[in-house]
Amino acid sequence: MCLAVPGKVMEVDGDEALIDFGGVTRKANISLVEASEGEYVIVHAGYAIQKLDEKEAKESLDAWEEIMELGSQM
Amino acid sequence: MKSEMDNFKFRNKKTAERIVKKINEADVEMSFMHVCGTHQDTLVRFGLEQMLNEAGITIRQGPGCPVCVTTPREIEEVLVLAREGITITAYGDMINVPGEKSSLSKARREGAKVKVVYSVDDAVKIAKKIAEPVVFMSVGFETTTPSIASMIKKGAPQNFFILPCHRLVPPALKAIMEMGEIKLDGLIEPGHVSTIIGMEPYIPLSKKYGIPQVIAGFEPLDLLMGIYMLIRQVKEGRADVENEYTRVVRREGNPKALQVMYEVFEPVDIQWRGFPTIPGSGLKIREKYIDHDAREEFKDILEPLKEKDFGERKGCLCGEVLRALKEPEDCPLFGKRCTPKNPMGPCMVSREGGCNIRYRFSPHPVGESA
Ligand code: SF4
Repeated sequence: MCLAVPGKVMEVDGDEALIDFGGVTRKANISLVEASEGEYVIVHAGYAIQKLDEKEAKESLDAWEEIMELGSQM
Repeated sequence: MKSEMDNFKFRNKKTAERIVKKINEADVEMSFMHVCGTHQDTLVRFGLEQMLNEAGITIRQGPGCPVCVTTPREIEEVLVLAREGITITAYGDMINVPGEKSSLSKARREGAKVKVVYSVDDAVKIAKKIAEPVVFMSVGFETTTPSIASMIKKGAPQNFFILPCHRLVPPALKAIMEMGEIKLDGLIEPGHVSTIIGMEPYIPLSKKYGIPQVIAGFEPLDLLMGIYMLIRQVKEGRADVENEYTRVVRREGNPKALQVMYEVFEPVDIQWRGFPTIPGSGLKIREKYIDHDAREEFKDILEPLKEKDFGERKGCLCGEVLRALKEPEDCPLFGKRCTPKNPMGPCMVSREGGCNIRYRFSPHPVGESA
């Protein structure tokens, strides 16, 4: 039930926004986050619950490499 | 075509193989628990469960499905309201959960007004169209609750009521630690609950019970990495709260969501299916918003239920499955008398339920389909 899906904010209209989920668009309520057009959000049961951090997404894979390197010594 | 969303898909096979190799090299026998149906789905769907088992890692699933932990009493409550002719709205998974004798879907076949909704906003839309009362069966962990709170705070119509069946995750984790029924080497914390609550609420658990914790996302790589991070903690003798899901989960969670959640609701002691009452693990509506509380509005109708005791269906092991003591296959009814088409317990109903997931992804006898 805690499934949440990432999408891109296309249009904001007050508390509602049009979100693009990789080709499929759907409206979602964005009152729990401060998101603007072009930003990524994660949507659960019709509500965006957080903004997605694109930079983090890219960097976390690098960070993992580091963790695994360190892990070699364990 | 590469979609922009691919940046958020953590499914690279090479990386997965590397992590699994590292887990294998660690050469350990460990047991971890998660509390999220979506984690279970990823583990089973992508065959990670078996891969991990071969590497000495056992993953137990705890009470990670809000539909499954809803008690027979709460189901009876909503059924009583439905039989009174009140319009009931609920998430799809909820309507097939069996109560003592019936379910919302059965009640609907008998003429009750039961409507499936995707979000609380849909339920409110229904309330706006009619004059009669509409009750929303409000289940969910911290991931879901802020949306309900936000709707109520904004000003829902006067004929809109919720039947709060919410649960909070950290108090349940504490209860599991206290009960000490299973030996665990670490906890995989649910990414989307953590999106709301952040990292702080888990810290006391690590401090008090010396248990390593990692917040993990839902892609296969997220879970593998989360597990690897737990192994590392155990090996290094640490018991910290770490965050694997950094692209979504912030240390402080979502303060706006938390604020509205606690403005509308306050913690109460509540029972979970399979568990005794867990202190501070439920939520009730605060006095200020009591006008939208179905338990208040329909007090008289619900009153007779107070005296009654509601047991589990005979033979159903959901309680033990939810406490991570038993696997679905341990239940003699699994795949035989109990299937997703004819569920005997909530763990087989919900797509997040342990029995349902195991059934859908395992080969089953001809003539039985998920
Ligand atoms: S298989 Fe069915 S009866 Fe057995 S524990 Fe799961 S839900 Fe309950």
